[in-house]
Formats: sequence, structure tokens, C-alpha cells
Amino acid sequence: MKVLIPGISGLLARKVAVRLLAIGHEVIGIDPRGWPGVPEGIELHSLDIRKRAAEDVFRRRRPEAVIHMATISALMAGAEERYRINLGGTRAVFEHCASHGVRQVIFVGRHTYYGAGPDAPLYHSESEPPQELGSYPELADLVAADLYAANALWRLPELETAVLRVCYTLGPSGHGTLAGFLKGRFVPMVLGFDPLFQFIHEDDAARAIVTALSAGLRGIYNVAGPQPLPLSVIAEEAGRRALPLPEALLAMLVGRAGLPRLSRGALAHIKYPIVVDAGLFRRDTGFGHRYDELTTVHTYKDAFPLTGRTSPVPMPG
Amino acid sequence: MPDEISARVDRLELPFDARGVDDYGVSKWHLAMTFRASAFLYRKYFQVKCTGIEHIPPRGRAMLVGNHSGGVALDAAMVIASCFFEMEPPRLAQGMAEKFINRIPFASTWASRCGHLTGLPEHAQRLLEADRLLMVFPEGARGTAKLWKERNTLVDFGTGFLRLALRTKTPIIPFAFLGGSDAIPTVTNLYKIGRLLGVPYLPVTPWLLPLPRPAALSVHYGEPLRFEGTGSEDDDTIARQVEEVKGRIAALMEGGRQ
Repeated sequence: MKVLIPGISGLLARKVAVRLLAIGHEVIGIDPRGWPGVPEGIELHSLDIRKRAAEDVFRRRRPEAVIHMATISALMAGAEERYRINLGGTRAVFEHCASHGVRQVIFVGRHTYYGAGPDAPLYHSESEPPQELGSYPELADLVAADLYAANALWRLPELETAVLRVCYTLGPSGHGTLAGFLKGRFVPMVLGFDPLFQFIHEDDAARAIVTALSAGLRGIYNVAGPQPLPLSVIAEEAGRRALPLPEALLAMLVGRAGLPRLSRGALAHIKYPIVVDAGLFRRDTGFGHRYDELTTVHTYKDAFPLTGRTSPVPMPG
Repeated sequence: MPDEISARVDRLELPFDARGVDDYGVSKWHLAMTFRASAFLYRKYFQVKCTGIEHIPPRGRAMLVGNHSGGVALDAAMVIASCFFEMEPPRLAQGMAEKFINRIPFASTWASRCGHLTGLPEHAQRLLEADRLLMVFPEGARGTAKLWKERNTLVDFGTGFLRLALRTKTPIIPFAFLGGSDAIPTVTNLYKIGRLLGVPYLPVTPWLLPLPRPAALSVHYGEPLRFEGTGSEDDDTIARQVEEVKGRIAALMEGGRQ
């Protein structure tokens, strides 16, 4: 199958691309960040998905499937840029898919869609609406992109659309929100709170996305791996030290004194859990994780021991 | 060397991982710490009398449904202790925590690590579908707010528990808890001050603070009740079934007092 991946330069997207190539798919990537040392066989276009030249790739190459991975999280850009990339980019992808004969599209979203709060259920099902956007407005563009992608299910019925809400990824690449949060010696926590964190090994996450493509999924699916763990346990297993601080003090210190950067709204995400029920995805695809929760953390710890390099390799996205 | 409490925690039939945490965040370490404290209260301080424990199935989904006996949630703690200390193998009764608890530092963590998730219908249904033992007090916070003079009464029951039992085909094990108001005799509740402190109310005892005295407590379990239905029956049908449960609990309370 000819598969186009907007956002191919992100680390998870690269893993997806390599897997697709290995099982015989033709892979085309669009990403303005480029990919130094891109594997032979992957056709890379260093373009912004919202520019006219990107549409020309759709027009000329006629991909059969698209895996949209060109979204960014709250810490990577300001609000205006995030809206342009997350919502504007998603809109462009679906418009190009509709105009140029794409049959299948997978939107790779995030489980943070559901939000974190004291009254939220522990295991979110796909039918639940996003919550707590008021306290974490930095998530609004990702939520909007997710909802825009989901409405293709009825707006573009001829397009097989799957929206994946993938939990945090973790692994030896050090890529992703959770990996960044764990990078320092101290893992900040809100005093008196120790939420469950749900994560999946990055190789399992890439395999799940490829599985979704192979299964021809249509619908909205949570994607998760092994059981969640309390943040304090993750910190300990990663060889870090949990640093519980009063919430007001923590709000002042994040991003300083060696603590990871966090937007103010994200403090709720280290007070309350975001855990999803991924049973539907497992049932419809037969997917099962290969790395359990402790092995996943240990692969990160082994790649980033505190005695050696303490910061994950900076990734463009 | 493992002590008795740790050994009983090890025998809980829950899917703990290598770190002793299950998929709801229930932690063996937190359970052992909590049951060490409740062992003293259950066995020594209150010398809780327990009857009918054989009515609770050793495994599989079940719903413990009983009365609040006033004061703070001493009744819940002792019911949980009875399932842990009296059953073979021990079982973990999981309560539905009042929503305010999840907003309070430390209380939030300890409640969830001990299996008492926020009182949401989604949580109750999920726990039952996972064949857990759920503990429900249909009187809700109005039940814990009972004054000493109201200790042997039952206030209105909610109906959600019965619809859930029907939907999940769960047996209801009624129970009566007696003596809570003798341990913490509430003479009045301070609602405004409680709200300022982030709790629904603050109970006031003759010695002001809601500290329990060593009163005789007892918990009496009755035979399981099984209702037929889908959970989507009309309110009148459900109300009749709720009244049947309430009647069984009232009878257990009466029997326990004699």
C-alpha cells in the first residue's frame, strides 16, 4: 500500500515509517523538519502540510492511506503556532485526503484529550467528551484537531477514518511528554497526590499504529499498553527521585532549578490520572503489548541513567 | 519476615503486578499499612463483633449494601476490616469515596491506593465487571451525618445501586452496622465550617472533636439478595426492590441490637 505520513520526522512517526517499509509498504513522508539519514526507500518531502506544494504531493503520488502524525504538544510552541499546526494542519490533511482519492486515514491523537480532574473516571471510554479544558486551555487545539478528525467519520463517509488516542509513550529514545518529564534527577510531584500514569513502550506504540492501518480501522479508539503505575513508582523505577512540593510552590518552580517545564494547566495532569480503556482497540485489532510497564520504564532508565547523560536526545518534535 | 497482615495482603486475589500495584492503582504496601492500623481498631479498640461473614462469596462480583451509623466513616473502615480479617481467603471491599476526598492531599492518594475510587457510576460498574467486592452505603453523606439520637434509623436510600446490581447481575449482601454513633456520638454538624475546610460538614461530639471512644461495634451480614431485571425498569419497580433491601437491613439492625 502507498502510505503518506505527515509529520514523519517525529520519532514515533519514524518508527512507524520504518515498520511500514519493512512489511512492504511504499512510504512517503511530509515534514518541514527533514530527516537526516532517512532510510533508503522512504520518499521524504520537506514541506509544510498546509502549503500548496504539499497538496501537490497528494495529487501526484496518490497515496492510498495517510497516517497523520503532524501534531505538537503544548510545550513545543505558542498558542498561535499550535493552532496553525494542530488544527490548520489536520484540516489540510483531511481536505487533501478527500480531494485526492485517499481511502484510509489514521489520525494519531493523544489520550490527554480527556483531561484530568478530581471528578473524572479512572478509565475513559471513547464515548466520553473532553473535560477540564477550562483549567488547561493549552490542550484546546489538540482537542479541536481530534474532534475535527472524528467528524470525518460522518462528513467523509467514503474515507475510512480512525482516530487513535494514544497514551504517553516511553522508551530508549527519550522522546515524548513523559520521557521529558522524567529526564532530570528529580521528578516533581504535587504534595499529597500520586496519580496513575499510563504509558506504552514506543515500539509497541508504533506497532499499534501499523496494526490500526492493517486492520482498516474505522472509528475512535483509545490505544494503551500495560497497566498504569503511580508516578512515584515510575520515578523510582526510572532511577529518579520523586520531589513532592506544595502545589503553589511547584507552580512557581516548574521550568526552573532543574525541574521540567510544565504549563500551569498541566499541573492537573500530575495531580489526577488520565487513564484510558483500550479494550475496544485490542478487541478490534487483536493488538497486545510486548513490553510490560516495568520493562518499559527500565528501557528508558537504561538509555538515560542519571550517572551518564541526563537529558534525552533533543528531537525535532 | 512477613507479618500476618502482609501475608493476608499477599492472599488477596487481585491482579497485582511485580511492584504490588493493580490496574486500579491499589497498592499492597498501602493496604498493609492501612490494615495494620485497622487491625488494632478492629480487634483491640472496638473488639468488633462480626456475624454472617459466610454470606459474602469468596470470589466473584458482589455488592455489600448497608447502613451508615453516624459519625465519620468508621462503619466503612470496620466493614472493610471484617472482610479482610474474617474471610478466608481475605477479600478487599472497595468503597465509593465521596467526591471531596479526591481533592484533599494525601486523602486522595490513600483512598485510591486502598481501592476506594471516587463515587462514580462508571467506577462501580467497572469494579463489578472485574468481579470485585463493592461496598455501598445508599444513604450517602446524609447517612454519615446522622446525629446520635438518629443512630438506629435509616434515611432515604438512593436507587442507583439497585439498577447497577440488576445491570451487572450482582448479588446484594445486606449488612447492618451498629455502634458507630456510640463511638462518635454526633450532637450536631457544622456545615458552614465544614465547607470552609473542603468537607461536607464537621461533626461535633460532647468532647468536641470526632475522636472515637472504645464503644462496642458490630457488623451483621445477611443472606444474599438476587433480583431479576435489566436495570432499566421504571422507578416504581426499582423503588419496591430498594425497599426490600432497606427492609432486610432494618431487620438485621433490629436483630443485631437484641
